[in-house]
Amino acid sequence: MNRYSRDQMAQHVARDIPEGAYVNLGIGMPTLVANHIPQDREIVLQSENGLLGMGPAPSAGDEDYDLINAGKQPVSLLPGASFFHHADSFAMMRGGHLDICVLGAFQVAVNGDLANWHTGEADAIPAVGGAMDLASGAKQVFVMMEHLTKKGESKIVERCSYPLTGLACVTRVYTDLATLHITAQGLLVGDLVDGLSLEALIKLSGVKMRALSTG
Amino acid sequence: MLGALSAFKLEVLYATGPENTTMINKILASAQEALADVHDGATILIGGFGSAGLPTHLTDALIAKGARELTIVNNNAGNGEQGLAALMKAGCVRKLICSFPRQVDSWVFDGLWRAGKIELELVPQGNLAERIRAAGAGIGAFYTATGFGTELARGKETRRINGRDYVLEYPIDADFALVAAETGDRWGNLTYRKTARNFGPIMCMAAKTAVAQVHRVVELGSIDPEHVITPGIFVKRVVQVERVRYDPTPAKRGEQQP
Repeated sequence: MNRYSRDQMAQHVARDIPEGAYVNLGIGMPTLVANHIPQDREIVLQSENGLLGMGPAPSAGDEDYDLINAGKQPVSLLPGASFFHHADSFAMMRGGHLDICVLGAFQVAVNGDLANWHTGEADAIPAVGGAMDLASGAKQVFVMMEHLTKKGESKIVERCSYPLTGLACVTRVYTDLATLHITAQGLLVGDLVDGLSLEALIKLSGVKMRALSTG
Repeated sequence: MLGALSAFKLEVLYATGPENTTMINKILASAQEALADVHDGATILIGGFGSAGLPTHLTDALIAKGARELTIVNNNAGNGEQGLAALMKAGCVRKLICSFPRQVDSWVFDGLWRAGKIELELVPQGNLAERIRAAGAGIGAFYTATGFGTELARGKETRRINGRDYVLEYPIDADFALVAAETGDRWGNLTYRKTARNFGPIMCMAAKTAVAQVHRVVELGSIDPEHVITPGIFVKRVVQVERVRYDPTPAKRGEQQP
């Protein structure tokens, strides 16, 4: 079965982020999106630890560990960047000022419920960070994730079995097999990977979907 | 009238100035001196996001002070073996209130938590920030949409306001705040450096006694009033410390942990 690479998934997300958007990229796979935003499109990246106008990783030797992203990796500043304290940073999310956040996930339900902070296992250390604030506060919540678990189970589900991060918050899911639009009319499928039919995707996923009308 | 005034004791430190005038002077000689009155069981806000803004000179002084049964509030659960991790390793911490304890180099916390030797209150990061801010601003409690319908809101009061569901959250009041700032003056005005600002300003507001370690102490008036980030009213004590360049090596070592 063909699958999109992580960079191809990031390209799909980047394609759908419009000029002028204020965007928060979650740690892990979503950070790849920054590499695929076209040079001529002005997008402002927010980092939860108090930074707007985040730029790419600095070159070796220029790292400043007072200038880091949510994943604690050194970053750089773009012209126009600003610093602010944590309550202001989270007011940007919670106050509905952030246009898009891109998060990873364990599971997404057909109604947009998101599970991405805890597996619920007894010895797993729970960690939530800013995920719940982003899920409930950003205007659009995009998820990037593998379509299937390593065991082959669908991560797109009728109802999440893992503890929830937010209710009915996800608007779009970018997977290695397709892009799923969560709408009032149900799941609509775009970007289907070459060689995979919609029927086959539905069978793999175990939930109802239909093709996104491109007309 | 005079009696009432004299009973009103200001909690600031005074030094004798020229011509025997007294003046406000919040600068102390050492981190140890700044934390001399920390008591067992205190609730202490510690600034920092990972290692950025973590006041390691103050956490070292807290270990030396030897206060026990502390409740610590920080975004994370320590990195490597220094700073907050060292404080936990020294057995000073009874409870940690944080948003993201799971990191590649947080093995000190991991061990204590798995052994049942430390209590964890997990708080969404925006709730952590806003609960701290609320404590500093005299807010009794507030409703937030974050966490509604999740495990982290279980048992909490909820309310539907204008068609949206909210959870009631309470302030996090604290005895002390320990923060890392860049520049300070004798009034306690502070500036910060880049993303090391993070929780510093709101933590200074929320504690009875806020202590700032700074890299530079400057003359009063040297910080442009337009650039003061934390006004001195929120700060009780300032200590100058050496700038230590953060060494990411322990974090890299952490990635090899099982």
